[in-house]
Amino acid sequence: MPLSKLDELESRSIFIVREAYQQFRKIALLWSIGKDSTALLWICRKAFFGPLPFNVVHIDTGYKFPQMYEFRDEYAVKWDLDLIVGKNTEALEAGMGPEASASKLDCCTALKTEALKQTIGREGFDALLLGIRRDEHGIRAKERVVSPRDRQFKWDYQNQPAELWDHYKNSYAEGTHARVHPMLHWTELDIWTYTRRERIPVSPLYFARDGKRYRSIGCHTCCQPVDSTASNVDEIIEELATTTEAERAGRAQDKESIYTMQKLRAMGYM
Amino acid sequence: MGAVDSQTRQLKFVIVGHVDHGKSTLIGRLLYDTDSLPPSKMEEIRTASAQLGHDVEFSYVMDNLEEERSQRVTIDTAQIQFRTPQSEYVIIDAPGHRQFIRNMVTGASEAEAAVFIVDAAGGVREQTRRHAYVLAMLGIEQVIVVINKMDLVGWSQERFQQVSGELTSFLGQLGITPLLVIPASAKLGDNVAKPSTNMPWCTGAILIDSLAQLRRRRRPQQLPLRLPIQDRYELDGKKILLGRIDTGTIRTGEEVLFLPSGVKAEVASIEVFLQDRTGAEAGESIGLTLRGDEPIGRGEVACPTDAPAAVSGRFRASVFWLSNDAFRMGEQLKLRCATQQVPCTIERIERLTDSSTLELIAQDARQMAATQVGHVVIRTERPIAVEPFAQTPELGRFVLTRGHDAAAGGIITETKG
Ligand SMILES: Nc1nc2c(ncn2[C@@H]2O[C@H](COP(=O)(O)OP(=O)(O)O)[C@@H](O)[C@H]2O)c(=O)[nH]1
Repeated sequence: MPLSKLDELESRSIFIVREAYQQFRKIALLWSIGKDSTALLWICRKAFFGPLPFNVVHIDTGYKFPQMYEFRDEYAVKWDLDLIVGKNTEALEAGMGPEASASKLDCCTALKTEALKQTIGREGFDALLLGIRRDEHGIRAKERVVSPRDRQFKWDYQNQPAELWDHYKNSYAEGTHARVHPMLHWTELDIWTYTRRERIPVSPLYFARDGKRYRSIGCHTCCQPVDSTASNVDEIIEELATTTEAERAGRAQDKESIYTMQKLRAMGYM
Repeated sequence: MGAVDSQTRQLKFVIVGHVDHGKSTLIGRLLYDTDSLPPSKMEEIRTASAQLGHDVEFSYVMDNLEEERSQRVTIDTAQIQFRTPQSEYVIIDAPGHRQFIRNMVTGASEAEAAVFIVDAAGGVREQTRRHAYVLAMLGIEQVIVVINKMDLVGWSQERFQQVSGELTSFLGQLGITPLLVIPASAKLGDNVAKPSTNMPWCTGAILIDSLAQLRRRRRPQQLPLRLPIQDRYELDGKKILLGRIDTGTIRTGEEVLFLPSGVKAEVASIEVFLQDRTGAEAGESIGLTLRGDEPIGRGEVACPTDAPAAVSGRFRASVFWLSNDAFRMGEQLKLRCATQQVPCTIERIERLTDSSTLELIAQDARQMAATQVGHVVIRTERPIAVEPFAQTPELGRFVLTRGHDAAAGGIITETKG
């Protein structure tokens, strides 16, 4: 019996996760509480038969939806996760927020990128697993499965390493770390069909209430719901088969300038 | 629900060709004419084109980096999914510039087929030939040729035949026979997703329909088992070997041979989270426990006892040098093949060839520079499990690293040196 498409996608992701665990000194999973990184978390559990042999990191901007915190805390317990919450408290105390800063870019930089830098520095991680996908955004289509970041977190997108077959970069200069992208080859629709098949729990924010739902979740200040009547996973799958709207259409940071995403990623945004 | 049937598998093809021959435009056109682009993406492309002061550029669908758009050149490889009513495809865009050959090879190494694009006006050029070489080396046999920019040559059948003949004979030298050669204009849309009215002499299939001729690479269940071990993982006192099956199948109770060590052991259990398994097949990522406590770990390859891979410390290979720093005889490199990693040296560069002209540069060469191909003898510090690429690609291809970076890719032609 040939493997189904979802089986193949899953098998490749498990392979990548296991490579990362074996090849790096100390890895962690970056869990945004969204559907993609939750699917990745699920795959990590399958790769290691349940308990994760590494930390799960949530970068908390302080502006996440209350439902996301509830979801995080519920499943951190259910799945027995070694959860680390990273927060740029200094910036938050100084009043940083989407309203206070001149641009979204500044706010994302302070509350996400900086918070992540602090966490990596403190914990000494040399690789992070992220749930990004190529089809999310044109810039992400250019990513490698394993991508080095320098001390300043810079993504040198003009000079990426060769990545032949399944030989991911496994050697790094001191002080750099790697971003590992086990879900890069998945699409939004793949994630949802997999979520359905595996019965993976997701935040209720994805399901329509009063004619609107979130397709992509992050900070409540910068996410807009889209018009939708899809109130369960089946209906979301139906909807995606016909929609022509981009997934991140509700994300404010993508709209500011066409190249904001490129700049954010170059600076180490996840 | 046909469109979301998760059983449909995807076919990955790479678009290759000389810089500026129209790769990105072709992809943009394909997606645009099949309504595969969200309106917001079209809007973004229009805005970006206007900001740089030119007509709508279809190439922006794939060229997303600011530098790519302002310099109008594809720098890095990108992938995008695309669907016809029958099938799902992943298109890999590969940069055509010589300087970015590393990115081209990265993109092409994942493909099962290729669409090869040649500018009708410009004809076969340096990177056209080099890309053909890379396809041949990577074992990509299914190739569709598009002779693009037919609008620039007055839709001339004669010119089409001339360019098509030149390319086909070059591909022939490399052992590649194109499935089809299609005259097209990516910019105007002729013969991409819609038949052209400008070339009444052309009666063959258009690009989108011809994609249906591409076949997925078969999962080699019938070949002997090859299971490279990624890790030895301990859970609740149980020692589990982790890995993905490249070819063949495995069952509990079976005796397997681990190479290069030569250790034999019986498979006690097959571990898949929350499943009861007695067998597994090519493509699956599994765990494995053994009867007895053999010291097996990363780098070993599980094989059937009666159909083992070769174990060799000296073999022949073709090496495509990618790094901008040339290789010099005597240098130490690291070789990575499946999950094996071992220091190695290149003992001899028997023949050094130019990957574009295919001309012999030198016999018994002392150096190898970017984009040159060496037919070499490699000696590894200790024997490893290998096979000829033509037999088992997963154990017949390798990467050479220097310092922290991959410097070359290679395929094994003979397992004995
Ligand atoms: N006249 C004409 N120009 C084309 C055609 N296809 C592409 N071009 C132009 O050729 C240039 C290079 O195309 P691009 O897709 O960026 O080439 P790439 O480097 O192979 O990706 C762009 O300015 C395109 O508009 C075509 O069919 N006819």
